[in-house]
Amino acid sequence: MLYRESGQFKSTYGQDQQIFPILQDRIAMVALLLVAFVAVPIFGDQYWLSAIITPFLILSLAALGLNILTGYAGQLSLGTAAFMAVGAFMAYNAMLRIPHIPVLGAFAIGGLSAAAVGFVFGLPSLRIKGLYLAVATLACQFFVLWAINRVGWFSNHSSSGVITAQRMVILGYEFVSPASKYLLTLGVVAVMALAAKNLMRSETGRAFMAVRDMDVAAAVVGIPMMHTKLLAFAISSFYCGVAGALYAFCYLGTVEPEAFTLDLSFRVLFMIIIGGVGSILGSFLGAAFITLFPILLNFVSKGLESLLGIEMDHAMVSNTEAIIFGGLIIFFLIVEPNGLARMWQIAKEKLRLWPFPH
Amino acid sequence: MSERAAPGEVVLSVEGVSLAFGGVKALQDVSFDVRSREVRAIIGPNGAGKSSMLNVLNGVYHPQKGKIRFKQKEFVDMDSHEAAALGIARTFQNIALFKGMTVLDNIMTGRNLKMHCNIFQQALWVGAAKREELVHRRAVEEIIDFLEIQHIRRTPVGRLPYGLQKRVELGRALAAEPELMLLDEPMAGMNLEEKQDMCRFILDVNDHFGTTLVLIEHDMGVVMDISDRVVVLDYGRKIADGNPAEIKKDQKVIDAYLGVAH
Amino acid sequence: MNFFLEVVAGGLLAGVMYALVALGFVLIYKASGVFNFAQGSMVFFAALTFVSLTEKGWNFWLALAVTLAVMIVLGMLIERIVLRPLINQPPITLLMATIGLTFVLEGLSQLAFGSQPHGLELGIPDVPIEWLSEKWNISISQFDLFAAFVAGLLVLVLAVLFQKTRIGRALRAVADDHQAALAVGIPLQHIWTIVWAVAGCVALVAGMMWGVRNGVQYALTFTALKALPVLILGGFESIAGAIVGGLIIGASEKLAEVYIGPMVGGGIESWFAYVVALLFLLVRPEGLFGEKHIDRV
Repeated sequence: MLYRESGQFKSTYGQDQQIFPILQDRIAMVALLLVAFVAVPIFGDQYWLSAIITPFLILSLAALGLNILTGYAGQLSLGTAAFMAVGAFMAYNAMLRIPHIPVLGAFAIGGLSAAAVGFVFGLPSLRIKGLYLAVATLACQFFVLWAINRVGWFSNHSSSGVITAQRMVILGYEFVSPASKYLLTLGVVAVMALAAKNLMRSETGRAFMAVRDMDVAAAVVGIPMMHTKLLAFAISSFYCGVAGALYAFCYLGTVEPEAFTLDLSFRVLFMIIIGGVGSILGSFLGAAFITLFPILLNFVSKGLESLLGIEMDHAMVSNTEAIIFGGLIIFFLIVEPNGLARMWQIAKEKLRLWPFPH
Repeated sequence: MSERAAPGEVVLSVEGVSLAFGGVKALQDVSFDVRSREVRAIIGPNGAGKSSMLNVLNGVYHPQKGKIRFKQKEFVDMDSHEAAALGIARTFQNIALFKGMTVLDNIMTGRNLKMHCNIFQQALWVGAAKREELVHRRAVEEIIDFLEIQHIRRTPVGRLPYGLQKRVELGRALAAEPELMLLDEPMAGMNLEEKQDMCRFILDVNDHFGTTLVLIEHDMGVVMDISDRVVVLDYGRKIADGNPAEIKKDQKVIDAYLGVAH
Repeated sequence: MNFFLEVVAGGLLAGVMYALVALGFVLIYKASGVFNFAQGSMVFFAALTFVSLTEKGWNFWLALAVTLAVMIVLGMLIERIVLRPLINQPPITLLMATIGLTFVLEGLSQLAFGSQPHGLELGIPDVPIEWLSEKWNISISQFDLFAAFVAGLLVLVLAVLFQKTRIGRALRAVADDHQAALAVGIPLQHIWTIVWAVAGCVALVAGMMWGVRNGVQYALTFTALKALPVLILGGFESIAGAIVGGLIIGASEKLAEVYIGPMVGGGIESWFAYVVALLFLLVRPEGLFGEKHIDRV
């Protein structure tokens, strides 16, 4: 009843190719952006902004990067955290060593450095596929982390390997409060998400999906294998690199290489599995789920504690979390392999018919 | 892309091609030519090496011996990407569509060699990139109209029945505006009506776009009806070459199909 | 020279340990086409269960029997809950399911038994063999030799199982094509249950060996991850390959650690094995003993 397309005709291909062809979707999107850019920073609780919403946005960006590589281009990668680490440390070094560099420029350098690393570790994808490639990305993950730890240059020769992100000043305005950091992150993520959506619905996206679905056929159609795979690695790593830089500057503040372990790579992988591989929206949904779920679990355990008087220590909660996460992964793979994004699509389909049953 | 060959001129010639997989000799010293704008059929019993021949022409397999000459250029082997760039398009026996994408997207991938905008232009989706996308969308829509598949343009290909998938694959091959099309059993698994439709499309492609066709087909009625010349393979060797009437009467061909020991 | 031999020997024997874990992977892959990312956590779970029982005072053999039973039950549960609903899904889906399984097992192990490291004693002391060290001045531990012996025995048993028995043939069919195997009447569910249970038992053996060497602690799961380069070298489907691969990785890793490590600041064992595997993949993607895949178009 509310979500009807009747009366909305498309008379040009341009109209047909819009990201949100249905008017109601466009209105909803504008409303969402208004809320995100205006309402949240004004009314938002400081703690939630700095501890939950900002990291959610950052991890969405990383999930987006991984989705481009694994979801769209079909190249399984377990090295996401390593690319984020490169982005973080190189952004730090750019701010440190290049005088007067704009903050966004430093982030871009972080992203480009990560893209370069991604390019190099993506070279094996030309010869190896699937699981073997995953092992190659594991090599990347462990090697990069070791290198950042050992090579003093990355952390400006600090003895502990820990770096402290510098102040961020754009056009004279310093980003210090949680609300301002949130807005900076939101801006970067929104722009990059739009760019990703545009890329994936044009020839690049089609080439990625072709390589994922059947690479022999893709070659026959004229899609250049090497070029496409390496591009996927580079773009994906760029996104992860910028996410890493944001992670350091807008969230953590002080960063050590141990923040970017294999565990983080798995978390991002879980985000795209649960959220939906091959879907921009899915990256956000998955990130939201994985960020909010531990909080929910904490809530429940505190509730159980007071209700039943059981003592639940931290280890118990985090182990339960692991069990439930693993269980959810298996559950989603069995029930809805295309994740929350597909469930959302199905819900919208049902909404188009509502209140009629069919 | 270079100029199209004049009608009747030899556009493709295969000379002494031999292909083996370990001990299995798929092709032995096969030679034939294909003239521009003709419909050339390759027939033969199962296992004769027909698909392998097509794979060689397309750069999917590389022959151990022999040469391929396409439009004056000689190749010992080429890779599939090169073949596509030269104007050779292909459909497969077991359908090589991109199952995760819609019909529209699948056919659009056929246009990829004509799209030149870089990733930055694409990411911004303004100006040149947007225009290019729309221009090619129009070309693809014409193919969709031609093949009468408008109603399924947004359906993921994996969900379509076999016959429609074959049609979509034909569309993808057409989207590249190829000079030479290689069709591997385009009518396999179709009922009579679907076969008639497919024949109509194939002949239209040949007439309307002037595309040279090389096709593998088992249905003798179809082969006799639509082809200009026929090559017959058996156990990897060429045993006959001529127009359909000659082939029908050729004793060697009859023996091969009836399974007479030789 | 003696030192070099000692390092090589130590590496080879460490390699045997890796191979033990890799054997579990090969078993499951050979028999169901699934790459079981959770093998490492199965090793951890098995070892932790066993150690917790012996520490409570249970008799060695009783604890062993009970743990074996637990692993068999675990195999049945995994088959029922995870594998059966995912029959005929693409391999990457199954792989991701086993990643999920990893987390479940790790969480479960620590929830049930706590997260402190445990030592493990098997009655064979970890001391150098006397006559070797006296005669040739080489120090090789008794325990390492015992581990090598156990591994050899395991390989023998598994090889016989696969090559000679009817079940072995069925397992190979299942690995190739689930649906076809079902169509021919092979009881897929039973086969899978058996395989995963056996892999669980192999995991227990590996866990016990590792437990003596390094203690039973969470870091065990990371060491288990090293089995991946072993598999790449040896091929995912070859039992012999798991052993050979393990030996090569173990030896080269130790040598690199000792000779190259000091030059670059040490700690290279975190990534060396993976990089070796990567380089190997570029040259021979199917591994030393693996089968080449030909895509028919």
